[in-house]
Amino acid sequence: MRVELRGITKRFPGVVANEDVNLVVEPGQVHALLGENGAGKSTLMNVLFGLYRQTEGEVLLDGVPASFSSPADAIDAGIGMVHQHFMLVPVFTVAENVMLGVEPTSAPGVLDRDAARRRVLELSARHGLDVDPDAMVEDLPVGVQQRVEILKALYREADCLILDEPTAVLTPSEIDDMLEIIRRLADEGRSVIFISHKLREVRAIADTITILRRGRVVGTTTPDESDEQELATAMVGRDVQLVVDRSAASPTDVVLRVSDLRVRDERDQLAVADVSFDVRAGEIVAIAGVQGNGQSELVSAIVGLRRPTAGRVELDGTDVTGANPARMVELGVAHVPEDRQRDGLISSFPVSDNLVLNLTGRSPYSRGIRMDRRAIRENAERLVQDFDIRTSSIDAAVGTLSGGNQQKVIVGREMSHTERLLVLSQPTRGLDVGSIQYIHHRIVQARDQGLAVLLNSSELDEVLALADRVIVMYRGGVIGEVSGEEATRDSVGMLMAGARA
Amino acid sequence: MTAPPTEAPEALPSDADDPLAGAPHERRPGVVGALRELALGLIGPLLAILTALIVGALIIVFTDPTTLEAWGSFFSAPGTALADSWDLIATSYRALFDSSLGSQRALARTLVQSTPLILVGLSVALAFKAGMFNIGGAGQLIVGAMAAAWIGITFDLPQVVHLPLALVAGVIGGAVWGGIVGFLKARTGAHEVITSIMLNFVALRLLDYALSTDTFRRPGRSDPISPEMPASVRLPEPIDSFQVHLGFVIALLVAWGAWWLLQRTTIGFRMRAVGANAKAARYAGMGVAATTVLSMGIAGGLAGLGGTTILLGSTPRLTGGFFASVGFDAIALALLGRASPIGVVGAGLLFGALQAGSTGMQAQTSTPIDIIFVIQALIILFVAAPAIVRTVWRVKETRLGAGQRFSAGWGAQ
Ligand SMILES: Nc1ncnc2c1ncn2[C@@H]1O[C@H](COP(=O)(O)OP(=O)(O)OP(=O)(O)O)[C@@H](O)[C@H]1O
Ligand SMILES: [Mg+2]
Repeated sequence: MRVELRGITKRFPGVVANEDVNLVVEPGQVHALLGENGAGKSTLMNVLFGLYRQTEGEVLLDGVPASFSSPADAIDAGIGMVHQHFMLVPVFTVAENVMLGVEPTSAPGVLDRDAARRRVLELSARHGLDVDPDAMVEDLPVGVQQRVEILKALYREADCLILDEPTAVLTPSEIDDMLEIIRRLADEGRSVIFISHKLREVRAIADTITILRRGRVVGTTTPDESDEQELATAMVGRDVQLVVDRSAASPTDVVLRVSDLRVRDERDQLAVADVSFDVRAGEIVAIAGVQGNGQSELVSAIVGLRRPTAGRVELDGTDVTGANPARMVELGVAHVPEDRQRDGLISSFPVSDNLVLNLTGRSPYSRGIRMDRRAIRENAERLVQDFDIRTSSIDAAVGTLSGGNQQKVIVGREMSHTERLLVLSQPTRGLDVGSIQYIHHRIVQARDQGLAVLLNSSELDEVLALADRVIVMYRGGVIGEVSGEEATRDSVGMLMAGARA
Repeated sequence: MTAPPTEAPEALPSDADDPLAGAPHERRPGVVGALRELALGLIGPLLAILTALIVGALIIVFTDPTTLEAWGSFFSAPGTALADSWDLIATSYRALFDSSLGSQRALARTLVQSTPLILVGLSVALAFKAGMFNIGGAGQLIVGAMAAAWIGITFDLPQVVHLPLALVAGVIGGAVWGGIVGFLKARTGAHEVITSIMLNFVALRLLDYALSTDTFRRPGRSDPISPEMPASVRLPEPIDSFQVHLGFVIALLVAWGAWWLLQRTTIGFRMRAVGANAKAARYAGMGVAATTVLSMGIAGGLAGLGGTTILLGSTPRLTGGFFASVGFDAIALALLGRASPIGVVGAGLLFGALQAGSTGMQAQTSTPIDIIFVIQALIILFVAAPAIVRTVWRVKETRLGAGQRFSAGWGAQ
């Protein structure tokens, strides 16, 4: 299907998210959308998918003007969308999720589960998706959940597929699979719109690249015409340095000491088995590993969100095993959580309140039980400026910010109060290259000011760019440690795959 | 439309210098924006009320035997049917207005009537902000009133001590009853809707039992009624010749206090955080269990105080089934007031006026009191289902969004 957006403008109260956007997606093509956080990519796609109504402009499908008042209309017209934040029912099976809203029936009102299952199996085989229709969605790794979202669109016979940052949460090998699937879908004649901040994959998959900045189209190009540096510059509007500047670390005292830690996950399986390591003041230690090898549980146990079943966590020589999160904050520990929507933010609260979410109990944000609104506002004004958080105002609900800007709110908050240890889980997930550069710069700066930094990232590039030491986890244990200088894609990648050094 | 992207930086040079410049970052003026929001927020409830009054008018007409008869001979005398109907509606609503707001005495009745509604409504609203649906207002207000009654009956003290003591006892009684719900939820995960309904029954039975004991039963009577509360615990009427007791002032102060608690204190922040996203609250180091118990305790205390103002104000005796219906009206008006303290005050006054006016309406016209409960129910229906009002009045969706949030929260957690 040929999709054309003509002169699309979308305004929210106080914000122009899209302004006079023109875009043509040809059938059989993968069309990538690039742009900074808050540039208006998701909004534009939500207009195309009927979730928002454009303020001005029109959508043409195969040359015919289309008007959608809801996603149901868009789906009927053959458009499918996989959202930045998944929209699956966790306690339903894959087949149930896929048929939700278009349930096949054997008699009026009677579900025909078998038909749905067969269809899912068939689609999944045809497109190489490899999904078990009977698995419960909540038990699936994110990479598979992502494929369930794609199945949903295919089940509804989507002719145009919108993928909003589908690779943000995937591991490197899952990304390769995903790109292959996308290529195949396009080759079958579908039009695919692909959003990503990872320039390498954009160049690998896209036929055409359109760049948005502050709601406007600032250029259209192809992977052959522009390299990563040029794309980054066009997106941000200034030169972006893609490598981080940093000198050698000069570590001093041990801040965090983890000894023989054992942690169980929600299903009571041993997720972390006898892990020991130190993090010193003035160094960045990265935990690398394919997602699901115990890193999340390890971090939760360190910051007090999960009680270890054995072992010790020491902070500056004091035993803090099993201390609660509030106590850890008091002791100078900050934590950027992995799942920003679930743990990091309260989406209905204003930006200003979210910027002090775990700090309201201390001065200057409160005296006794009374909160100091002024201090909270001043803090917000400052952090919005420092971290370039794009929002219409500090009073806007944080849920109205773009995905990347929500992430900046969390990172800004946590970096504003660290005194001893900074724990970062996937800190730059969903951020644009400019913001990543800035946050990396701040992380190195924090290290140089004498903080201990523990980085949990499945982004190999990030680990290589920042770490002074890399600890690689595999199946709940530490399989090896590599120093920052020795760490390469190959050496760390091998360990991540389970090959002992 | 192909501009080589490498040229783009020159095309928009000023952008890079000032990250906050440019169209996407316009600001809406604070006060004007807030007023606009408030006005838009009022449209929904006002249209709901209007719609309910119109439907109520139709029901009045079609349940009145005489007017129905006139409609029976509509084709021979269409004028009579219409005129009779109009007369009936006009006199009914006029009587309703006269006996709720039409005179100083009527106004006083309205304010007294709305006092417990506001307090118990605040209880529901506060619990809702903390993510819980408090169906237990009925039980909490009974237990609160019982505690206050016990103080009133048992002790003989000067008013300056006796009255505050009785009020505090009422708050504590309700707080304990609400706190149990919070405790059960925090400890065992038991859903607050279920436990608070159960505790309503327990409270009702407890009251029956208490009224059969010597402590509470009026000496020399065998029916379940307590002695009248002594003058030293009765709420005084601060203004001569205006029969509004102190409870109303207390209710307004408490409403302000509830707003302050929710918006300006760390405790309120915690309550709202737990209500909006318990996972994030836990991550932020807030004690979710403690906050749950505290929220339900405070909510229960407010309902207990509401019950106490009935006992120490307009109806100074405990009887079986003591005003349990206030507990349910309160749920409705918290919904109408969108769970905000100021909204609850407004909705409480409206319901107070309707209820105060209903007696006068029944006395002056043939329209029965029950029509008021129908109107109340209709208001709630229209607030909870804004789509109806939207279709009838052709209002845009965005203006009527907020009400849904409350009704959608029905047992959501
Ligand atoms: N519902 C909304 N109400 C108000 N403003 C909104 C809403 N949705 C988006 N915006 C604003 O529109 C702008 C564009 O947001 P959008 O989510 O489209 O960005 P994006 O390009 O997808 O960014 P990201 O890469 O961070 O996901 C942002 O400034 C955002 O704050
Ligand atoms: Mg987005």
